[in-house]
Amino acid sequence: MPADLSLRDRFKLGLDAPICLTWELTYACNLACIHCLSSSGRRDPRELSTAEAKRIIDEMVEMQIFYVNIGGGEPMVRTDFFELLDYASSQNVGVKFSTNGTRITAENAKYLAGLGYLDIQISIDGADRATNDAVRGEGSFDAALQAMEYLQDANFGEFKISVVVTRQNAGQLDDFRALADRFGAQLRLTRLRPSGRGVDTWDQLHPTAQQQRDLYGWLVGHPDTLTGDSFFHLNALGDPIDGLNLCGAGRVVCLIDPIGDVYACPFVIHDEFLAGNVRAPGGFANVWRTSELFQELREPTSAGACASCGSYDACQGGCMAAKFFTGLPLDGPDPECVLGHGEAALKAQPVQLVRRPSGDHSKPIPVVLAAR
Amino acid sequence: MSLSSAAEAPSFDLARGWTLSPEVALRPEKFGALAYHYGNRRLVFLKSPELVALVEALGSFDSVSEALQANLAPERHASYAQALARLADSEVLVAR
Repeated sequence: MPADLSLRDRFKLGLDAPICLTWELTYACNLACIHCLSSSGRRDPRELSTAEAKRIIDEMVEMQIFYVNIGGGEPMVRTDFFELLDYASSQNVGVKFSTNGTRITAENAKYLAGLGYLDIQISIDGADRATNDAVRGEGSFDAALQAMEYLQDANFGEFKISVVVTRQNAGQLDDFRALADRFGAQLRLTRLRPSGRGVDTWDQLHPTAQQQRDLYGWLVGHPDTLTGDSFFHLNALGDPIDGLNLCGAGRVVCLIDPIGDVYACPFVIHDEFLAGNVRAPGGFANVWRTSELFQELREPTSAGACASCGSYDACQGGCMAAKFFTGLPLDGPDPECVLGHGEAALKAQPVQLVRRPSGDHSKPIPVVLAAR
Repeated sequence: MSLSSAAEAPSFDLARGWTLSPEVALRPEKFGALAYHYGNRRLVFLKSPELVALVEALGSFDSVSEALQANLAPERHASYAQALARLADSEVLVAR
């Protein structure tokens, strides 16, 4: 629809405040998922204090950022987690938080069910224990399902089950769907990026070309599945999947990390995409509105090597983070380009160039879940 | 994109008075505004500053027709009435 295209073009120029703000509260995590986009594990001593975190919520109110996506690390391990939830709620800032579910108890599930303006997203990466635990660690599947049961028993209502689509679980989409139905939950599928610890595991985990085609067909057949607008690179296969269908990095999307650093998107925790820090004068609003990086990202982009491809308008060249961390030029094809151009570009690299994330909060040794 | 995909609400009566829902906040943007509904948590895009002005003024008129006459040239009434109907459909507007 032309009306949508013009709106998309306007979004590319950036908005006065983000639509989709992700805020990671801590790098601490009791799991050690092998694809963790933020290489989380250990808390960073520079993490924002409770007062600083509340100041960010105040800024959201001032900027009319109506809701925030909270993640981590595992956000529930922050001792002030519920205090921050209460504060956001009292300021009428909607919260959706992502959790591995290990810290949800029968008791706090009732409390969470009583908070009006809250979405919860429980992550699993396999529809069965073996597939999930291979990525997220032993015991994590059972813990996530236990959390879902607690939420159901507390009459929380419709929570979300969030799945990163991998080569190993791409054949389980119907099973995920059935699991969501069983809990009256919504299914959310998102794209695996070679970010964080995913830099090292992407080769083994990312879906095959055939799986991508099947996934596209499945998403078209299940339009009520949430995708976080993350699969727009698949749009070269046919009619667009519902969503904004553009890279929103620095335009409508950004990340505030646990130490207050602002990145263009949650998948590019790297110095090249660091726009500033909320602790600097002017706070988050100043970073969003004036950072040089974000100004650049809002300039019209060139299709580069994709200019001659008839599908560029559909896929927009794909995901910036996926290109960056596989060493591909940002104005060329996505490594998972459905027409195969990315694979060819990866093969043509004289040396496999893989960029490393700037920070790594991984624990030296994977932690056993039962030890918490 | 709610604005372009929602069908025209059949119940939208131009002779009635409508107003911005008290549950909706408008955030001004260069292209127009974002409308956020705290009740149904839907985000809707108002794609022109003229539409934003019309929505903001709507509550002070006894009918949509009067608001259209006061704010826009006659040739634009039909398309803006349609846009308002869609906003009513997404509960951004409520009948007075």
